Amino acid sequence: MESLTALLVGLLVAASVYLMLARNFLRFLFGLILLSNAANLVIFAAGRMTAGAPALVPEGASVPDGVIGNALPQALVLTAIVIGFGLLAFTLALTFEAYRRLRTLDSDEMRHAEPDEGKTEAGR
Amino acid sequence: MAEDTDPNAPWITLAGMLPVAITAALFIFFAGYLPGIAAGDTVRWAWAWIPSLDIALSFWLDGLSLMFALLITGIGALVMLYAARYLAGHPQYPRFSLYLFLFMLSMLGLVLADNLIALFVFWELTTFTSYLLIGFSHADPKSRRNALQALLLTAAGGLALLAGFILIGITQGTFELSVLNAAGSLSGDAWYLPILILVLAGAFTKSAQVPFHFWLPNAMAAPTPVSAYLHSATMVKGGVYLLARMHPSLSGTEVWLWTLTLFGGVTTVFASVMALRQIDLKQTLAYTTLMALGTLVMLLGGASGYAITAAMAFLLVHSLYKAALFLMIGVVDHATGTRDADVLGRLAGKMPATAAAAGLAALSMAGIPPLLGFIAKEVAYAGAVQSPVWPLLILFGLTANALMVAVAAIVAWRPFFGPQGQLPRPPHEGPWAMLLGPMALALLGLALGLAPGYAALLVEPAVNAVLGAPDSGGRLKLWAGFNLPLLLSGVTLALGLVLYLRHQSLRDRLIWLEARVPDLDAGWDRLLEHFMAAAKGQTRLIQTGRLRHYLFATFTVIVATVAVTMLARGPAAPAPSMGGLSVREWGIAGLILAGTLAVVLTRAVMTAIIALGVVGIGVALIFIVYSAPDVAITQLLVELLVVVLFAVAALKMPPALDPEGRQRHRPADAVLALLAGSVTTLVLLMVTSLPFDRRLSDFFEASSYAEAYGRNIVNVILVDFRALDTFGEIAVVVTAALGAFALLKSVSKARTRSGGAEGDREDRA
Amino acid sequence: MNSIIFSAGARILVALLLVFSVFMLLRGHNLPGGGFIGGLIGAVGFIVYALACGTAEAKAALRVSPEAIAMVGLGIALSAGLAAAPFGEALFTGIWIWVGGDSYATAALKPNTVLVFDVGVYLVVLGSIVSLACAFEEEV
Repeated sequence: MESLTALLVGLLVAASVYLMLARNFLRFLFGLILLSNAANLVIFAAGRMTAGAPALVPEGASVPDGVIGNALPQALVLTAIVIGFGLLAFTLALTFEAYRRLRTLDSDEMRHAEPDEGKTEAGR
Repeated sequence: MAEDTDPNAPWITLAGMLPVAITAALFIFFAGYLPGIAAGDTVRWAWAWIPSLDIALSFWLDGLSLMFALLITGIGALVMLYAARYLAGHPQYPRFSLYLFLFMLSMLGLVLADNLIALFVFWELTTFTSYLLIGFSHADPKSRRNALQALLLTAAGGLALLAGFILIGITQGTFELSVLNAAGSLSGDAWYLPILILVLAGAFTKSAQVPFHFWLPNAMAAPTPVSAYLHSATMVKGGVYLLARMHPSLSGTEVWLWTLTLFGGVTTVFASVMALRQIDLKQTLAYTTLMALGTLVMLLGGASGYAITAAMAFLLVHSLYKAALFLMIGVVDHATGTRDADVLGRLAGKMPATAAAAGLAALSMAGIPPLLGFIAKEVAYAGAVQSPVWPLLILFGLTANALMVAVAAIVAWRPFFGPQGQLPRPPHEGPWAMLLGPMALALLGLALGLAPGYAALLVEPAVNAVLGAPDSGGRLKLWAGFNLPLLLSGVTLALGLVLYLRHQSLRDRLIWLEARVPDLDAGWDRLLEHFMAAAKGQTRLIQTGRLRHYLFATFTVIVATVAVTMLARGPAAPAPSMGGLSVREWGIAGLILAGTLAVVLTRAVMTAIIALGVVGIGVALIFIVYSAPDVAITQLLVELLVVVLFAVAALKMPPALDPEGRQRHRPADAVLALLAGSVTTLVLLMVTSLPFDRRLSDFFEASSYAEAYGRNIVNVILVDFRALDTFGEIAVVVTAALGAFALLKSVSKARTRSGGAEGDREDRA
Repeated sequence: MNSIIFSAGARILVALLLVFSVFMLLRGHNLPGGGFIGGLIGAVGFIVYALACGTAEAKAALRVSPEAIAMVGLGIALSAGLAAAPFGEALFTGIWIWVGGDSYATAALKPNTVLVFDVGVYLVVLGSIVSLACAFEEEV
């Protein structure tokens, strides 16, 4: 499954890079979500994948029974998901405010801080 | 400077007198070492500094460093006392006093440092403090510009010097000067030439050799005590000190001899001619300093006992008379309000003490017996006739010394005995605190000339240190008999007098000539302009202000570095193994593939949001199947929240995404995206094909219940083993939430206040 | 979405989700669950309530502002971490006290800082996400 995950991660990264390079800011956000998913899968797969054996110590025993799923990447990914959500919410708020003020979602037209020197928007 | 000061203000302040007292105490401290060092001892103090790099904070006191230390502290104390009176009542005087004191300490560190890295640090500290001092009148743009010029030029030289020092450390295995000098010449080393060039670059910029000379006359923007101290007696001699210090290691080759002779000689002649051209007496002295630095470099090019004795004796005598003359100019400026050579005249009657000090110092400068300047000049001529390059040395020396005689007369004869012009203020004698310095230094020049044995006490140990071997000594004599050097002195004097009598017409011609040769100072300004233009162009090129350009560059760099590293260092890429996968796995993969393609291809925002949810559920399914129930639950809940938030926000934004078919940058974006995806896949394939290190996982599995009493290992890691990390992470969550909250709320309040904003909300049915 | 059925159902759903979230929080040390998951479930409950009855009512039901809940949670987590100091342990080390016994197996009550820390995480996640969602709901 690690190999298939590697291919899926490649797919997600390619899609997210393509989306993040778009001029529409919503596409950028979609790319960010996909990238966050891809990163989580990379961490998860790098810790090796074991099917059907959650990282639990069975009742009555003091150590797990046999080979179980690797707990460390799971802990890392769990917090990464929540933090990724926080980041996404913040970016979404930023996007929305930018849209409300500038009435555009095109990042090329968001030139409030760095105005184009002597160029008009007609050339694009 | 003088207009900011108040001659009646109290000048004996703590800020002024404490540095004087400390500096004088240091002078006495170092003077105590004089007998021991003269007997051939050396003293070393050392503390570990950066032991891992073999860098120690070590100091070494031998003949050379002692002579410099005494000059720095002795002249330093006199100049600080002088400055207290000169700048009395200046609102910024305490700042000035601090800078001057810090400079003194840096300079002292520079000449005492044994470790090359420590020496470099002190070297740059003198650059830095002198920047603050030159730019002391910071309200004046010219002063700021000149300070910056001195800083950039000498700091650039300092960086070259650091490179040279590091090369020495690598090739010789030590940073300690005492060890290096004892080991003898580096001339056999393969890296000798690069080391020499780098060290000389540092020394020549610091000591203002042509073509790096132009910053020194500009540095005269500083208050006069600074010019007297930094730009005659101490800082500019830093480069000379370095050449003398490294003489045992670097000298003795043809390159050394010719480079130093030519650079020094050209500087000497150029500077003495330019000195004649100046009208401002301070500028005249600045160029004579340049001349002295050239002479010192020229003399250090040699390796004979005579040449080095001449260098050290000249160094001593120059420090004495030049500091005295600068301080004297300050007294005259303070008293009359001008430094114009054509205006000043007949001051001797009103300012007898100043005139006496100026006269003695100028006689020493002109090399008239029985002053120390005469002895130094005789030894220099004696060294020159023995040198392998004697015709050059005689030519440079004779020209420069004759011009020096003329300049001495311009500086010390004309203002006191020559014709008087219209003075801004009636002249009066200076206060004692300002006369003490020039008087003491000028008298010292006379006393040491009359009793050269005491001068030898200071000069000969220094000569031994520079040569790295004991010299025969006894070369400093007032009367050496009728010989070639005496004849040369006579010629010098005669020539100098002729030049003085004709100096005004000569000056006019020099001004005419100067306008017709390239001006390095203006060239410097043009260089800086080009530099700024290049920076501006580069900024315009790189900082386009477009998000996608930044992202494109970032992704390109990431992909390139990972790909190059992988190709160069990574294992062979393993073929993906798809064995043992059931319908379940393929189904999940298909779900993710479909969702991803839909997000990329759709133009409807809602479709994209739903497709994102599909991808998220697919990822959650992977977590469920592969033994991560906690992660899967979290992922599903977050996916739900993402969809809710996006759906709420999307209601107020355009429902359709723009068509991208006509955007020219998309094909290139697609290529980069595919490369990024491929590289990630390859990296993950390589990582998972390597043997797995289970140490951490084994630890957590073994101790989760035994030590932390928890059966859910993931949760135990989160709240116990790595609780500090978790704390940091929840703090990030709070920050992100509050940030978004504040962003949405504050803007909304601003809009409500500005009023009528409700109308521009477009409501969508 | 101002349907009466939805808003009436939402009240019951919120109560159920809240109970469930506390259940997930408490069992988290031994079975899948914990502060993050519990907090997320609780947040989903309140968001459903806010969608059904409006944010004002959802906030009134919470009684304190969600931002305050998040900050209090952060403080609780920090205190649980600092509590290790008086026991001479490194910060954020879990501290267990046995009541009615002398080991984990025999003690009747086992107060510990680990659960306190997880409660802090629960409140942070709950407060932050409810605050975010309400801000979006009100301002967007």
